[in-house]
Amino acid sequence: MAVVVYLESQEGQIKKAGLEVASYARAIADAQGLNVVGVGFNLENPEQLNSFGVDKLYLINTQGDQFFDITRYGESIAEIVTKENAKLCVVSSSANGRYLGPILAAKINAAYLSNVVSLPSQYEPLQVKRSCFTNKAFNITQSHKEITVLSLSSNSFGLKEKPGTTEVIEGSYSSATTSLKVTTVDKTSDKVTIADADIVVSGGRGLKGPEHWHLIEDLADVLGAATACSKPVSDMGWRPHSEHVGQTGKPVASNLYIAIGVSGAIQHLAGINSSKVKVVINSDPEAPFFKAADYGIVGDAFEVVPKLTEKLKARKV
Amino acid sequence: MNVLVCISNVPDTTSKINFKEENTSFETQGVQFIINPNDEFGLTRAVWLQQKEAAKVTVITVGDASCEPILRKCLAIGADQAVRIDLQPQDGFEVAAQLTAFCQTNAYDLIITGRESIDYNGGMVGGMLATNLNMPYLANCIQLEIEGVDLQLQREIDGGKESLQANLPIVIGAQKGLVEEKDLIIPNMRGIMQARQKSLEVIAPIETEAATTVEVFEKPPEKGPVKLVDANDIDGLIDLLEKEAKVL
Repeated sequence: MAVVVYLESQEGQIKKAGLEVASYARAIADAQGLNVVGVGFNLENPEQLNSFGVDKLYLINTQGDQFFDITRYGESIAEIVTKENAKLCVVSSSANGRYLGPILAAKINAAYLSNVVSLPSQYEPLQVKRSCFTNKAFNITQSHKEITVLSLSSNSFGLKEKPGTTEVIEGSYSSATTSLKVTTVDKTSDKVTIADADIVVSGGRGLKGPEHWHLIEDLADVLGAATACSKPVSDMGWRPHSEHVGQTGKPVASNLYIAIGVSGAIQHLAGINSSKVKVVINSDPEAPFFKAADYGIVGDAFEVVPKLTEKLKARKV
Repeated sequence: MNVLVCISNVPDTTSKINFKEENTSFETQGVQFIINPNDEFGLTRAVWLQQKEAAKVTVITVGDASCEPILRKCLAIGADQAVRIDLQPQDGFEVAAQLTAFCQTNAYDLIITGRESIDYNGGMVGGMLATNLNMPYLANCIQLEIEGVDLQLQREIDGGKESLQANLPIVIGAQKGLVEEKDLIIPNMRGIMQARQKSLEVIAPIETEAATTVEVFEKPPEKGPVKLVDANDIDGLIDLLEKEAKVL
């Protein structure tokens, strides 16, 4: 029996979130005496999986289909779950992982559990801890189905190397089709995304206007961080929606979250609750963010942030 | 064109989250319930279709009578009729099963769910419903343009967006961006009066079983106080992040 994992990739390279679900599945497999079976599409470096304890890889060639086709990907993975008689399937909490999870679950009549934050607390029946109420709480959820699809919250388990040998076999690319077809993908090139980032630098209304965003971008650059913003900032059109962090925006589960000129509305704080270390820089000592942060500076962002960027730059050289 | 908007009744975004009965259920006392924000973006888009394309907009929820105020609000915003499937569901799987049965006897060209509800954050109803109905599903939908049966769509992806085409029928998962926050319709007196005359039908559920159940809730651990660093001591902050927090 097997735990099946979807190894999400980009331009042939397995994403960090893909390796994290592999690490997570390996831990389950070790506890339960199972095999880890990966499913990857167009992977260029499948040998990388030797280090992450994947026993078998179904490597699927999409024959020039360069986009994420939900119908064909979902059906291809569903066929492998069935063939391997897997009782568990793990996807990441990336946009594609969360898109795939419920569709896959419905195809194989499985239970689906999103936002999983730790290893199962028991296996029969399966119980896992999940975040809910947009990170304002957690719950332990039990699956009542024979098969369960889990979506693992990013950065909740981390990468755990485990040397082994991965048997690579060719997987078949489903020809299932619907009317839905991707025509183009528009990616902000070379930028770290909020979902992948270890560090996120976020700006709020305290920055007084989009023309000051170089403060956020410069700091993010030196840290290799993604940029984000508060809801008012995206509502006013200073920054795109895709950067809005909070209850109706994106959740952030980075290792370090630096909030600059963000007051800390309850909805924003909910969105970043699963970030491990939070730093706030704000001129208002009464800003609610100070209650949620681990470290804080009461000060003018326009003075503090450039100094911080300079010091970090100097430290790097 | 027939449009179905699936609505979830959720605690207001400013709610304090507490639990009762030994942390096995959510404390609703003193909590204001609202239309799930993601569903409201979808509802607004549907009302535009009603205005421009003469679409008929039905809103539906799976829940007990306590959900009726938000259905009335949907009618005041502009939906033509409302349906409540009379069941307190255990999970998204059960909601999807109830909606599937409903949609098998009532055909819709466009079904809109929210990307996820802000309470349980399952994010599964749209994908499961579409798959059960053998319809395509587009999650995180930030653009929907309809020309006859041809659709131009966009999905928000990590670090960008994807453009797609499809035909009706389809299920989409709405979110902010499909319409802007400023476009959300605030019901006026006329809308509220009209809503009282519109149909709110209560139908019996089919027999379903949940795929999952919540055993117990937990609140996040209490956080210690913030460590304040002087604005002139940037080195001190870097030092703490590097040596104490170990995040640099």
